[in-house]
Amino acid sequence: MNDSFIQINEISKHFGQVKAVDNVSFEIKEGEFFSLLGPSGCGKTTLLRLLAGFEYPTSGNLLLDGSDITALPPDKRPTNMVFQNYAIFPHINVEKNVQFGLRKLGLTNDEIIKRVKDVLSLVKLEGYEERYSSQLSGGQRQRVALARALVRQPKVLLLDEPLGALDKKLRDEMQLELRTLQKEIGITFVFVTHDQQEAISMSDRVAVMSEGKIQQMSSPNELYKNPQNIFVSDFIGETNFLKAKTDSKDGEYIIVNIEDLGSFKIKNNLNISENASDVICSVRPETMMIDKEKSDWDICLEGKIKQTSYLGEMTKFYVETKEIEKIITVSSQYFDNQSFQDGKCFISINLNDISLLNKK
Amino acid sequence: MLQVWKSFYARSDPAKAYSLLSPALILVTLAMLIPLGLMLSFSFFTQTSFTEIDYSFTITRYIDFFQSNLLVSLLIKSVKISFIVTFVTLLTAYPVCYYIAFYVKKNKMLWLVLLTLPFWTSYLLRVFSWKIILGTKGVINSSLINAGLLSEPLTFLMYSETAVIITLTHAWAAFALLPLYVSLDKIDFSLIEAARDLGLSRLETFWKITLPLSLPGIIGAILIIFIPTVGDYVTPALLGGTDGRMLSNMIQAYFGKVNNLPLGAASATIMLITVAIVTMIVSYTTKKLTQRIS
Amino acid sequence: MEQKNNTLLIYTLLYFAFLYIPVLFLPIFSFNDANYMSFPLSGFTTEHYEEMWEKTNLHKALWASIKVGIVASVVSTTIALFAAKAFARYKFRGQNISYGAIMIPFLIPEIILAVAILVIWLSLGFKLGLVPVTLGHILFCTPFAMLILIARIEGFDFSLEEASRDLGENAWGTFYRVSLPLYLPGIIASLLLSFIISFDEFVLAFFLTGSDATLPMYMWAQMRFIQKLPHVLALGAVIIVFTTFIVLLAFWLRNLGQGKDKAEFGIKIHE
Repeated sequence: MNDSFIQINEISKHFGQVKAVDNVSFEIKEGEFFSLLGPSGCGKTTLLRLLAGFEYPTSGNLLLDGSDITALPPDKRPTNMVFQNYAIFPHINVEKNVQFGLRKLGLTNDEIIKRVKDVLSLVKLEGYEERYSSQLSGGQRQRVALARALVRQPKVLLLDEPLGALDKKLRDEMQLELRTLQKEIGITFVFVTHDQQEAISMSDRVAVMSEGKIQQMSSPNELYKNPQNIFVSDFIGETNFLKAKTDSKDGEYIIVNIEDLGSFKIKNNLNISENASDVICSVRPETMMIDKEKSDWDICLEGKIKQTSYLGEMTKFYVETKEIEKIITVSSQYFDNQSFQDGKCFISINLNDISLLNKK
Repeated sequence: MLQVWKSFYARSDPAKAYSLLSPALILVTLAMLIPLGLMLSFSFFTQTSFTEIDYSFTITRYIDFFQSNLLVSLLIKSVKISFIVTFVTLLTAYPVCYYIAFYVKKNKMLWLVLLTLPFWTSYLLRVFSWKIILGTKGVINSSLINAGLLSEPLTFLMYSETAVIITLTHAWAAFALLPLYVSLDKIDFSLIEAARDLGLSRLETFWKITLPLSLPGIIGAILIIFIPTVGDYVTPALLGGTDGRMLSNMIQAYFGKVNNLPLGAASATIMLITVAIVTMIVSYTTKKLTQRIS
Repeated sequence: MEQKNNTLLIYTLLYFAFLYIPVLFLPIFSFNDANYMSFPLSGFTTEHYEEMWEKTNLHKALWASIKVGIVASVVSTTIALFAAKAFARYKFRGQNISYGAIMIPFLIPEIILAVAILVIWLSLGFKLGLVPVTLGHILFCTPFAMLILIARIEGFDFSLEEASRDLGENAWGTFYRVSLPLYLPGIIASLLLSFIISFDEFVLAFFLTGSDATLPMYMWAQMRFIQKLPHVLALGAVIIVFTTFIVLLAFWLRNLGQGKDKAEFGIKIHE
């Protein structure tokens, strides 16, 4: 395993005044399933296109497996891409599409035939050789795009929101399949998506991007449990934000004064200074408990349910409390929208479940 | 050096775009802009004899032009005829485009192909076919005389302004039909339904929704009919007689049998300037009118 | 969509009649054996068509028009293909001005183009003939060809070209293996329509041919003599049939594999 298989060194890409990618540096490991996650316009696609060679950086350089590829045109790079709309050549059939990129590799005829056959069976498209793009479903096109890129045995496979055009059920299936495929062939995947659930469920590591910068880069687990800032905390999953003021530090803990609730000692993961003054507490809806009776948790508040939404496997409650001005979102798997007839409830929070974030 | 240029080239969209455009831009420069420049300079020279030209600068040709009642009246007539043709073509073509855009459901393409097909046949032959129809020995007159309904041919049909206007309206129809259809077809039909739903009558809906939204097509049609018809040569030459003569016929004469190149060049320049002024007025009005839509 | 409107339908059909009937008179009277063009028709004859075999001037003019048309359509389509690619693919400073400059020959009165080329040609001391006519036709056909090609290329998915680069093809390989086959219907449509425009063009030829007549010039000369009218009618009818065939072929090609409502006919008004 090469820990710095892809090195992205101080890469910036400006389009006129717009800084699409703003001085970004990081490394991607060999064989890793790496995702670039962010809202549209965050620079994730530009970064992917820089890796593919469709854009050249305004400054900075790119290394792949130790060699500088910054100035190489796309056809000279050992990377291949699965396009967002798949870009299947409409004038040639599936087999010719898959063969397209093999011409320049200097393979014998037999090798070409074998490779095409193998890759088509890998993506489960045997028997579709003679079809044209217009005769394929969205999912099948996606497989052709995948096969066409993989048949060249690239060092890195770049995927630009490849599941975005598929419907929900197919997307879930393909997520699992892509993940399995990647483990099987061991090629490094760089995957761009705006769907946080997709990134979290598939990746080894995720880089969350916003406004051309990396906001946080870590394992999906870490991303969810220990967001580094408000943007990440808000973008990944759902959360409640409470305003607070810092008081004093106590080892790896810090004492904060949560608005309307009083002083609490909370784990200080981000090592926030006691002089920071304004901070934000983030509490995920599923970490809280909603019940008909009072509990002995660290914080327990009496509230009134203003609105519920039933989601099947769980129910979301929007609760108004005396203490906090904002409506609090709590989710529960035990109670549903019919459990609280009078709307009266108690919500409980464990201090361990509160993550403390810098106010921007 | 080559490396530097190569990498600049690979990174720069404008560089790629302009290298693709260069053949077209060179063509336009060599075959049009420079010749037009030369034509302009010729308009400041003097024809001294049948073969000789005095190359000293003078604006006398322009003074000649505006002192000549004939030339000025031909210019005015050319503009007038063009305006009438533009207006009539638009007015007659609009309902057709409206019908195809909003009422035809199947094979819209076929309707449009049929509508534009005559336009692709030879301009000369289309004009000529009107001569067959309107001429003193043409279809209308001969048939009426044969049937005993007339003893003398109707002369006003041929060699008149009316003949020129009818023929031009026919000849340039496609230029109105296409932009009008494109702009009408673009209109989201739910806008019209919304207007009806909000209580507007059919006529009000047309005035307040359809017409304003089709304005880009109307303006486009005005420009691409008006500009070429001002300088039309074939129609007035074949059908105009003396009454329907236009400025182009004089320009041709100056370059032909009259042999006064500088005056011809000055007349062509004046025609070009007229066209430019009209274009600017129309474009300016368009901007004002369409600002709110787009 | 509204349901029906019979008034508008009738009007539209009348308009079609207005467009077609004048043109149809040519073939109708070309088979008539009278010297006067009048209804009722007096009798059927094909002698006006047979005459065409004997006219050597006509053959010369036809050959001249074909030569000019082929050169003009090939050159203008090539130039226009590059230009169309630039406009459809890239955004750049000076885009509108360049577009306007290339479109001017299509917009300004043809007589001005003719005069300008005539003046420079004579000033350079060159002889009038088919060469300046061809130059004029290239200039005049390029904007047409560009409009047809832009309409084709505009809906083009440029990620196909990127995919080809990504799969190891260089710029030329990509053009040859991906772009060209996909543009091909548009290119052929442009070649055919440019040829027709050049083939039928009169004003530029009138000013620039000198003694080498093109086909429209030949017809022009014949039109002045009333006794030669049936001959012109027959020739005109042949040209109309030929043109119609080529244009229908071009339309069919142009719309091949394209969205069915891309009904701009190559003539797209730039807004």
